[in-house]
Amino acid sequence: MAENVTPRVRVPSEATAGEVVTIKTLISHTMESGQRKDDQGNVIPRSIINRFVAAFNGETIIDVTLEPAISTNPYFEFDAKIPESGTMTFTWYDDDGSTYEDAHDITVG
Amino acid sequence: MTKTLRYAGLAVSVLALTAMAAGAQEVVDDQLVVNGEIPIVTEAPAPDYASALGTIRSGWTFRSEDTQMMQADDFDNPGMLGVEAARAAFNSEMGTGGESCASCHDDPESLSTVRGTYPKWDEEHGTVQTVEMQVQECQTERMGMEEPYGYNSTDMINMVALLSSVARGTPVNVAIDGPAEATWKQGEEMYYTRYGQLELSCANCHEDNYDNMIRADHLSQGQINAFPAYRLKDAALVSVQNRFRGCIRDTMGETFAVGSPEFVALELYVASRGNGLSVEGPSVRN
Ligand code: HEC
Ligand code: HEC
Repeated sequence: MAENVTPRVRVPSEATAGEVVTIKTLISHTMESGQRKDDQGNVIPRSIINRFVAAFNGETIIDVTLEPAISTNPYFEFDAKIPESGTMTFTWYDDDGSTYEDAHDITVG
Repeated sequence: MTKTLRYAGLAVSVLALTAMAAGAQEVVDDQLVVNGEIPIVTEAPAPDYASALGTIRSGWTFRSEDTQMMQADDFDNPGMLGVEAARAAFNSEMGTGGESCASCHDDPESLSTVRGTYPKWDEEHGTVQTVEMQVQECQTERMGMEEPYGYNSTDMINMVALLSSVARGTPVNVAIDGPAEATWKQGEEMYYTRYGQLELSCANCHEDNYDNMIRADHLSQGQINAFPAYRLKDAALVSVQNRFRGCIRDTMGETFAVGSPEFVALELYVASRGNGLSVEGPSVRN
């Protein structure tokens, strides 16, 4: 089981219509690759975030498959065009079946 | 938000210019402003006893642009995850008295003078104490913890990172006179002692050769104002003394233990060579 998993995102709260904004996301996670061994020589089981999805008003912006070679605390930064006011949602999928979510409103003024 | 972004764009172009003018070796930029609001002094006149350096420079000025930028924004600085964990611990009960650090110290911000002034002479114990020793003292003597945080444990490194983060921008100013002088002298002697099969002293690398390349690494002055440091190589925060241990090991020498009186003395001395720089930790290093 992954412990102390906390998602963080930074999204501007305001934008102009059609503006391209930069979004930063990070989730604290050990991203255990399944390739390492402990002191006794036993394989430490794989435990990673395997998928990350961001959506705006229900429409997918980015959908990423993560592999075991990705390092601890995966960080994603991407740009998105904001057509109208709405909510951006973020979902991380853990190998252990848990999902972690976050959401932020963006107002187009 | 926009302010941070604009700042980021500015810093990148300034760096690009410096690199063009001075050649790829020398990435000298003293423009570190954390979160667009905490200015960090990364270059200062050397104190008398470190006059061989002329100007003292934070390790930040020796790192690549990408690594430098990670430290300019807390969101991008992975070391801040440790700070967050420690902030939660600061407010959690530990030990037999049912107290948290916050029971006596309100908030970490109330301890913002600590990181820049430690290691420091402790009258009651008659010894120079590092931040780690002071935290252990509170845990064992005031909170009834039989097993305080280990000197080099993740919990301890995170706690030091927290105390460092609230002190960012304040000057490093450790006292080297009075009762601390003997310890400082011991540290100075160690700094110039050649260790290991390679017979290299700290000074051989960090005083005689800073700014030169050692294999693929750009040698800094080995300052500790920026510790704990998040090392990308380890994907973890690293303590000052663990860094010392690594540097001595690289000379193929027997190293002192983290938390040993020898390393405490060395830490006081090396800290004093940075008197005048800003507290910068948790920093990002390769
Ligand atoms: C029961 C009260 C109490 C608790 C709980 C406590 N401390 Fe302290 N702490 C003190 C006192 C009193 C001092 C001053 C003692 C001294 O100067 O040696 C002090 C000093 C310090 C200092 C040095 C301050 C300075 O200006 O030099 C630090 C750092 C510190 N404590 C950290 C912590 C941390 C971290 C915790 C939680 C793990 C903690 N303390 C828990 C009472 C407490
Ligand atoms: C063989 C050369 C060598 C010797 C000897 C050496 N170091 Fe280092 N040290 C390095 C290299 C390489 C680095 C990584 C690049 C840098 O920051 O200089 C480093 C980094 C450091 C850093 C981290 C600086 C920062 O800002 O991240 C500190 C602190 C340090 N050394 C202290 C010491 C001390 C104290 C000694 C003596 C016990 C010592 N070093 C001996 C090569 C050396």
